[in-house]
Amino acid sequence: AYKRFSELLPKEERENACSARVPKSRILTLPELRANPFRHRICRVFSTSDNGDDSMSFEDFLDMLSVFSDSATSDIKSHYAFRIFDFDDDGTLDRKDLEKLVNCLTGQGKESQLSDEEMEQLIRNILEESDIDKDGTINLSEFQHVVSRSPDFTRYGGLQR
Amino acid sequence: EVFLPEELRAAAPVDFLQELPSYQSALRRRAAAGGTQERRAAPRGSAGLRAAEARGPEQEGGELAARPAREYPLTIAEKRRLRDCQQADIKYISGWKQWKRTSSKSLKKVLNEVRELLSYLELWRHDIHSIEGKFGTGIQSYFSFLRFLVLLNFIIFILMFSFVTLPSIISKYGIFNSSFAKIPPKNIEAHCTVYKPSGNMGLVYFYTYLKDLLSGTGFLEVTSLFYGYYTIDAAWLSILRYNLPLAYLLATFAYLALSLLWIIKRSVEGFKQNLVHDEDQFQSYCNKVFAGWDFCITDPNAAQLKHRSLQYELQTDLEEERLKRKIADRTMKEKLRIYSLRIFINIIVIAVLSGCFYSIYRATVFSQENSNVSIGHDIRTDSIGAANLLVQYLPSIVITLANFIAPQIFSFLIKFEDYSPAFEIRLTLMRCVFVRLANIGVLLFSLWSQISYCATDQCKACGYNYELYPCWESEVGQEMYKLMIFDFIIILAGTLFVDFPRKLLVTHCSCKPVQWCGLQEFGISDNVLEIIYGQTICWIGTFFSPLLPAIATIKYFFIFYIKKISLIHTRKPAARPIRASSSNFFFLVVLLIGLVLAFIPLGISIAHIPSSKACGPFRNFNTSWAVVPDTILGFPTGLQQVLHGIASEAFAVPFFMVICLIMFYFIALAGAHKRVVEQLREQLIMVRFDPLFCTPKV
Repeated sequence: AYKRFSELLPKEERENACSARVPKSRILTLPELRANPFRHRICRVFSTSDNGDDSMSFEDFLDMLSVFSDSATSDIKSHYAFRIFDFDDDGTLDRKDLEKLVNCLTGQGKESQLSDEEMEQLIRNILEESDIDKDGTINLSEFQHVVSRSPDFTRYGGLQR
Repeated sequence: EVFLPEELRAAAPVDFLQELPSYQSALRRRAAAGGTQERRAAPRGSAGLRAAEARGPEQEGGELAARPAREYPLTIAEKRRLRDCQQADIKYISGWKQWKRTSSKSLKKVLNEVRELLSYLELWRHDIHSIEGKFGTGIQSYFSFLRFLVLLNFIIFILMFSFVTLPSIISKYGIFNSSFAKIPPKNIEAHCTVYKPSGNMGLVYFYTYLKDLLSGTGFLEVTSLFYGYYTIDAAWLSILRYNLPLAYLLATFAYLALSLLWIIKRSVEGFKQNLVHDEDQFQSYCNKVFAGWDFCITDPNAAQLKHRSLQYELQTDLEEERLKRKIADRTMKEKLRIYSLRIFINIIVIAVLSGCFYSIYRATVFSQENSNVSIGHDIRTDSIGAANLLVQYLPSIVITLANFIAPQIFSFLIKFEDYSPAFEIRLTLMRCVFVRLANIGVLLFSLWSQISYCATDQCKACGYNYELYPCWESEVGQEMYKLMIFDFIIILAGTLFVDFPRKLLVTHCSCKPVQWCGLQEFGISDNVLEIIYGQTICWIGTFFSPLLPAIATIKYFFIFYIKKISLIHTRKPAARPIRASSSNFFFLVVLLIGLVLAFIPLGISIAHIPSSKACGPFRNFNTSWAVVPDTILGFPTGLQQVLHGIASEAFAVPFFMVICLIMFYFIALAGAHKRVVEQLREQLIMVRFDPLFCTPKV
């Protein structure tokens, strides 16, 4: 992992890679993230930089790899998945978050997005299935509950080494 | 600011969520104390750390094994601080507990490393991983299934070889001072015991060997590949007596039981998922949206396809829901029309099936009559040889044609039946499964009708047609062998002569019809049915041909590489993917159906049809099963009485009733759990509006 991180840094900073920060544009060139529609959210969630530029240090990089590895527990994966899907960072998944999530899944471009009424129907179904206290949003516990019963979550949530 | 009110509001419902049965069992699985508090560490680092620190000392107090730092959703810097905190607390615990804790930690580490090492030994681990990355988990589940079958067949082969073939070979060649005993059958007419297999016939043309290799006759018939070789009744290893007939029968039962248990064990995981969820669609929308993106995809093209397939899946599901609502609103007249149409189409389906079965029956009868007639002739001449081979393979050819044509007809017919798309797929699959497995049954049935057809009194004395089939088990074994070889040849020929030319045509020829045809998708269900068909043949055939599992292992081993190469070079990814979780369970269910269907012909052969008196280990018994009562009669009287008691009705009926009671108990328990879940859900909604806990959302 250290090797891959240091490859992302420009040559002169490679000696002290442990303390350097890699800018977001370089992180997004990683093959695993390049094709991922959630790459911007992933960088935002794992980055601990103070000035909001989403750069990642080596420790952030390790964090990301450990969460996506096969040996991470599903608790951890679901916790981070919740944070990644929470587009407005307000601690819950409301209708706007779900709408952005579905649009990310179906792809960019006008013809690949669902129509408005399909989106309405879909969000209504999702909330019906997972919103237990019927407040119109999904909080972390509801999300983890619904994901623990989902058979595909652990299967799909790992990055190839 | 924004976060804290949420925390307060959500604190109350969380306690109720903990009472849900699914959560309780998840808690029990985790060794640590403490509830959901650790998981809800705040995104803001310092707040989370304070929460974790506060809980740290209380947690360490009573418990022996705290959760390792890696299970906390915090950043690395915070985990380091947490670990220092945990280490500091260790000093406050007595020496004995400290030692226990460190030893359990090191044990866990060792177990983890052993597990990682074992995963390196897994067959084809890297290949399957790369297929998963490029084509998704649906296709990967097919290849994992193939790997499972390779291992299963290998274990079955080891079982049969070590208990049946090895003792025979050892005693026949007198290794380790062993000898064998051949007990001549008594009270049997002499004509039943005449069996002259045409083994080595001296100088023959080379192609005779090839022909024998392909049809299992000639020199292959007298090898240990077929039942007829095992003609010894007991093997003596110095003073130990090895009862070969009993071993043969018990090894058969053992491999069937082993396959059954292994398949059930693998399907239990998938079954649990299907049972735990509610009846309606088990949260398919949440599953698709939250777990829909396959994080293993690295190729932008694959990502584009995944986007499109997700969009297609979501749209199909929504459309299906709208369709269901429309169906519920149907008028009486429309319902009548649709039901009568469905009955008509089912009649057509049954007609197609009967056509297939009849043609297989006629082909088998024709093949048996004509290939037997030519045994009398001199089979060294060229023209008769090739035609003879074709006639011998006629049942396999007809079965393969039926397996190819019938599914096409079914998928054409089902469009008229106006079912929802998901049900359409399932019904077509069920029909195809039935066609494939029933074809084998019809083949065996027609073979048996030939074998037990008895016109003369002499024939009735033997119980089977001794003139044409002096050693009928070897004949059946040969048919199974031919089916297996032909199946492999078809798969190889299909890849070489259909897939690769198609790919060449599509890449080099840019005319409209060719481009419209395009590349073929990797049809997961078709391929799975193909290998399940092959596996059913192997299960049925192993009793008649003990080395057949070895051939099956080699066959599936090569099929893996053939399919992999074909997939990578000649296929385009499917537009409508099957989800991995549901497909695993589906494969195993169909495999189980195949196994259960394999029990029937084996049961009839072993217990009903008289075993051949001229060859094989069961010459001295009426049927193959008769060796078991015979052995039991040789046991001490006490044991005999116990075994008779277990097999009698006085034991079976109460046993059956107890099993039914246990089953009803579990069904009632599941129903009670469901009701508890409903009640808790309602409580949650009520709590939200209770002014005591929080302000209701306006």
